[in-house]
Amino acid sequence: MDRTLPGDRAELLDVRGLTKVFGTLKACDNVDLRIGKGEIHALLGENGAGKSTLVKMLFGSLEPNGGEIRWKGAPVRIGSPNAARKLGIGMVFQHFSLFEALTAAENIALSLDDDTPIHTIAAKAKALSYSYGLPLDPFSLVGDLSVGERQRIEIIRCLLQTPELIILDEPTSVLTPQEADKLFETLERLRSEGKSILYISHRLEEVKRMCDAATVMRHGKVVDHCDPRKETAASLARMMVGNDIHAVVRPAVEGIAEAKVLLEIRDLSRPPATPFSIPLRHIRLDVRAGEVIGIAGVAGNGQGEFFEAVSGEALQNDPGAIRIAGTDCGRLKISARRKLGAAFVPEERLGHGAAPRMTLSENLLLSRHATDARAYVGAMGVIKAGAIQSAAQRIIKMMDVRKSAVDPEAASLSGGNLQKFIVGRELDRQPRVMVVNQPTWGVDAGAAARIRQSLIELARAGSAVLVISQDLDELFEISDQIAVMHNGELSMPIPAAEATLEKIGLLMGGAEPGHVDHTPEIA
Amino acid sequence: MRLELVKRPQHSALFSALSPFIALGLTLVAGAIMFSLLGKNPVEALYYYFIDPLRETWSLHELAVKAAPLILIAVGLSVCYLSNNWNIGAEGQYIAGAVLGSSIPVLLPGFQSWIVLPLMLILGMAGGAAYGSIPAWLKVRFNTNEILTSLMLVYVAQLFNDWLVRGPWRNPQGFSFPGTVRFHEYAVLPEIWPEAGRANWGFVFALVAALLLWFMMSRTLKGFEVRVLGQSPRAGRFAGFSSGRMVFFAFMVSGALAGLAGISEVSGAVGHLNEKLSIGYGFTAIIVAFLGRLNPLGVVAAGLVLALTYLGGEAAQISIGVSDKAVRAFQGMLLFFVLACDTLIHYRIRFVGARAARAGEAAQNV
Amino acid sequence: MFEAIVITIATAATPILIAAIGELVVERSGVLNLGVEGMMIMGAVTGFGVALTTGSPWLGFLAAAIVGALFSLLFGFLTLTLVTNQVATGLALTLLGLGVSGMIGEAFVGQPGVKMGSISIPVLSDIPFVGKLLFGQDPIFYLSILLTFGVAWFLFRTRAGLTLRSVGDNHASAHALGINVIGIRYLAVMFGGACAGLAGGYLSLVYTTQWIENMTAGRGWIALALVVFASWRPWRVLAGAYLFGAVSIGQLHAQALGIGVPSQLLSSLPYLATVIVLVLISRNRRLTMVNTPASLGRPFVPDR
Repeated sequence: MDRTLPGDRAELLDVRGLTKVFGTLKACDNVDLRIGKGEIHALLGENGAGKSTLVKMLFGSLEPNGGEIRWKGAPVRIGSPNAARKLGIGMVFQHFSLFEALTAAENIALSLDDDTPIHTIAAKAKALSYSYGLPLDPFSLVGDLSVGERQRIEIIRCLLQTPELIILDEPTSVLTPQEADKLFETLERLRSEGKSILYISHRLEEVKRMCDAATVMRHGKVVDHCDPRKETAASLARMMVGNDIHAVVRPAVEGIAEAKVLLEIRDLSRPPATPFSIPLRHIRLDVRAGEVIGIAGVAGNGQGEFFEAVSGEALQNDPGAIRIAGTDCGRLKISARRKLGAAFVPEERLGHGAAPRMTLSENLLLSRHATDARAYVGAMGVIKAGAIQSAAQRIIKMMDVRKSAVDPEAASLSGGNLQKFIVGRELDRQPRVMVVNQPTWGVDAGAAARIRQSLIELARAGSAVLVISQDLDELFEISDQIAVMHNGELSMPIPAAEATLEKIGLLMGGAEPGHVDHTPEIA
Repeated sequence: MRLELVKRPQHSALFSALSPFIALGLTLVAGAIMFSLLGKNPVEALYYYFIDPLRETWSLHELAVKAAPLILIAVGLSVCYLSNNWNIGAEGQYIAGAVLGSSIPVLLPGFQSWIVLPLMLILGMAGGAAYGSIPAWLKVRFNTNEILTSLMLVYVAQLFNDWLVRGPWRNPQGFSFPGTVRFHEYAVLPEIWPEAGRANWGFVFALVAALLLWFMMSRTLKGFEVRVLGQSPRAGRFAGFSSGRMVFFAFMVSGALAGLAGISEVSGAVGHLNEKLSIGYGFTAIIVAFLGRLNPLGVVAAGLVLALTYLGGEAAQISIGVSDKAVRAFQGMLLFFVLACDTLIHYRIRFVGARAARAGEAAQNV
Repeated sequence: MFEAIVITIATAATPILIAAIGELVVERSGVLNLGVEGMMIMGAVTGFGVALTTGSPWLGFLAAAIVGALFSLLFGFLTLTLVTNQVATGLALTLLGLGVSGMIGEAFVGQPGVKMGSISIPVLSDIPFVGKLLFGQDPIFYLSILLTFGVAWFLFRTRAGLTLRSVGDNHASAHALGINVIGIRYLAVMFGGACAGLAGGYLSLVYTTQWIENMTAGRGWIALALVVFASWRPWRVLAGAYLFGAVSIGQLHAQALGIGVPSQLLSSLPYLATVIVLVLISRNRRLTMVNTPASLGRPFVPDR
C-alpha cells in the first residue's frame, strides 16, 4: 500500500494491521491508518463498520488482538486511557463520558492524573474555554447542561491535556448546524496550531469541507484511503456502503389540506417528570392522512417527553390535548390509543421498544396483545404460541430481518435488524397513525433506506405519520413538513419546499420564526 | 491469572438446566470440607444429611411436612422476583396468615362445623395478602424501598405473635406456657394418609399452587406481563402494563401463599399457635426460589432438597453429633453457589493466564 | 439519670452508625450490598470469640473488622467479577452469615464475654451532663465519630473520593476515562465489610458482652435504611443513628417503667420507626432521584 503522506506533513500516528475480535466477530480486521501532524483525518464508515472499536483501541479502552501502533515512529502499547493521554492522545466521546451529578470542573479533574486542586483546574478550564470561544461555567452541574454545553466540557477537558492528536467521535450529531459551524472553526484553529484530529463522521458534506485525508471502513476492514476533497459525496457513500443505496422516493401528495386530521395535538403541556426532564409547553400540531411530518431538534429538548405524552405512557389531564382519529384520548393509556389505530416506535430499541432477553415472537406480543387480542390470546389469557410465531416470521420476511436463529432473543440482533423488526411489527397492523422517535438511529444505510421508504409508503396509503429525529438529512428526505422542538416548545411546521438547513438550524438553536435576531445563540 | 466474562449471544439453555445441579454439587464438596474441618467423617455426615432421611416412609412424610411451606412460599416469591419486586418479608406474611387463620378456633372455640377449616384457610391467605400489601402500597404510593419495609415488618409480626400467645390469646389451662388452646377437630388440617405418616394436605396445596403458577407464568398473558415488567419495566409500560398494579399483584400473590403456608403449618403440623411459629421458612424459601430458578416446577424440586437438609440436619445431630446449626450454614452456601452458577447462563467464563497476557503485550511491542 | 440515658443512646447508636457509614461508601461507589446484617453477625461472633480466647477486646475488634472485610469479598467476587444480581447476592450473604455465625457461636453460648472498657479523660469527663458523654466513652465510640468525619472528608475533599463518587454516578463513563471501576468497587465493598464487622464486634464486646444467636436483630437492615434516610450523606447518617438510638433506648425505658403497653409492642417501635422514616424520606421522588448514586445496583461488565 502507498505509505507516503500527502504534502510534506510529518507522520504522527501509524497503525498497521490492527485487529480486534469479539467472540466470532472480527470488529477490526487488519486495519491500517496513518495520520500526519497538523492534519484533520476523517474516519468514515457505517454503523457497525468498526470505527468505534478502532478508536477505542487507539485510546486504550480496548486491547487489540494483533497489529501494531507507532507513535512518532516508535512502536507503543496503549494499555489504558491514561497511557493514551500520556502519549498525547485525547478523545471526545460520542456518548459523552461525563458524570451528571458532578460539576464541570470535577468532571475535568477526573481525567487529569495529577492532584491539582479543583479551583485551579476550574480557573484554567474557564480561561481556556473563553480563549477558544467555548464559554463554560466550571461550577455548573453537568446534569443541568444542554448537550452542546456538555460537548464543550468534553472538548475543554481534552484540550487541557495539551494533546497532539484529538479523536472526535461523531461530534456534530448532537449539534445544530450553526453550532456545528462554530465547532469547525475551533477545529481549524487547532489544526493551525499544529494539532492533528481524527474526525469520525458519517456526514459526508462536512468531511469534504474540512478534512485533509480520509480512511474508509466497511465490515471491520479498511476499504480505501482517499482525499475527500477530490471525491463527491456520492463516491464517498459508495465506498462506505459498498454498493449504491436506493434513494428514498417521496411521491408528491395532492389536496393534503382537505385530508382528514388523524392526529391532533391541542395545547399539550406537561410538567417535568424527573429533575432532569424538560417540561412541554403548549404544543399544537395536526398530522393529516397521507402526510409525513418531521420533528427536528437537538437531543434533550423534550422529544422523549413528547413521545411519552403522545403514546400514552404518560397521561394528560386534559382529554382533548391529544386526539387520535377524532377521539379524545389524553386520558387513555397506550393500549387504548393503539386500539384507536395508533402505533408507536420509541427511540430506545433495547429495553423500551423491545425486551432484550425475550424472543422476537414474544416481542411481537409486547405491542400487539391488546390490538390483536383475538388472534394472539385465547380463553383464560392463554397465549396462542403458534399464532405469534407465524406472525413474527411474516414480519421477519416482510422487513428482511437477518438473524442467527429461528426465533432469537431481541438482544442478539444487530441494531438495524432489530429496528426493522420493531418498525415492521407496527406496519404489519396497517396503523392509521404512526409515531416514530429516531427511526434510524444507529442503523446501517441499507436498513435505514428501507425503514424510511416504508414510512412514506404507509403515509401515502392514507395514514398519518409523525417522525421525531435528530438527523436532519433524514427529515429532509422523508418529511412533507418539518417542525422544530426546542426547550419543550414546538414551532409551526414548515412545508418541505420552504425549509432550508439554515432556517431549521436557527429554530433548533431556539430562535423564534420572525424574530431571528432577537438573541443570537452562542454556540 | 484473570477471570473474564464473555457475553453469550443467546442465553445458554444447557446451563439454565445444569446450573442448579452444578451448584448442588459444589455445595456438597464445600459441605464435605466443612464437616472435615469440624472433625467429622464427611462421607458419613453427607450420608446422614442426604440419604438417611429418604429410607423410611414416615420420614418421607416428614419431608413433605417440611417441604410444603417452603414450596408454597417459594412459588409465590418466584412470581415476585421475576417481576422485580423484592419481597423478603415472606416470614412476616407467613405469621400474619397463621395468626389471622387461627383467630377462628381461638376466639370462637364454640363454632364447630366443617366450614371452619375452609374459612381458616381463606382467612390465612387474606392475612398474608393483606400483610404483603403493606410494603406494596408503600412502594407504589411513597416510592419506599420494599426490601427494607417488607423485612422490618417481619420483626413487627414476630413480636406481635409473641405478644398474642403470651398475652390475650394464651391458653388459660396452659400452665403459663405461651401458646393458644389446641385447635378442635374441625380446625385441624387432616393428614393425607394418617396410617403412613404425618404429611398433611398442605403438601397438596403446595403442589397445586406450583402447577397453577407454572401454568400462569409459562402459558398466559399474565405470566408474560410479570416477566416483561421484571426484565425491562420500560418495555412493560410500552406494552401497556401497569407496574404499580404489578407490585400489588406480586406482593399479594406471594403474601397469600405465605399466609396459606402459615395457617397450614399451624392447623396441620403444630395444632395450635405458639411462640415458636417463626422458624425461618420465609427466609429459607428465598433459597428455594433461586435454586428452583424461579420456575414453579423447579421450586417443587428445590423445596424437597431444602426440606431434606432440615431432616438431614436433625439426623446428623442425633447420629454423629453435628450441630443442627450447620443446616443454615449449608443452606446459605447453597444460595451462593446457585447465584454464582447462574452467571454461566449468560456468560462464558474465560481464564486469561498471566503468560497469555504477557505474550499479547510482547506482540504489541515488536 | 439524663446523662445515663444519653450515654446508652450513644451505645445503641454507635454500631448502627459504623455499619451505615461503611455501607454509605459502598453505595456511593454504585454497589448495593444488602449483606450488612450477615457481615455484622460474623463480626459479632468473631469479635466475641477472639476476645474470649485472647482476653483482649482490641484483638477482638481487629479480628471482627478483618473477618467482615473477608466475608464481604465473597459478595464482591460474585457481584463484581461474576456480575450476579446484587440484591439476591446481598441476601445470600446475610443468610450465610446468620448460618455460619450460629454454627461457630454455638460454643460461646452462655459464656461471659470480655468487655471493652471506657476511657475516661481526667477533668474533662467530670464536666456535668456532657462530660461523660464526650470524654468518658469507649474507644470505638470515638472511632465512630472519627470515621464519620473521615468519610465525609474523603468523599468530598479528596481526589480519590471524587473518583469513587464518579464510579457510583456513571460506571461506563468512568471506565471510558480509564478509571478502574471494578478495583475501586472491590475496595469500597471491603471497607464496608470491615465497618460492618467492627459494628458487629461492638454489639458483642460493648453493647451486651455475650453471644446470642441472631443478636444483630435487624440492625444491619436498619443501617441500610439509614443510608437511604441520610440521602447518602455522612453527617446525616450520624443524626439518623442517634435518632434510632433514642427510639430504641426510649422504648427500653418505657418497658422498665411499665407504662402499661405490652413490651413486645414497644420492642417493635424501632422497626416501625424505620419504616415511617423511610416513607417520609422516599415520598419526595425528585429528591430521592437526585441523591441516589445513579449506578447503584446496576451490573457492570467492562468490554475488553
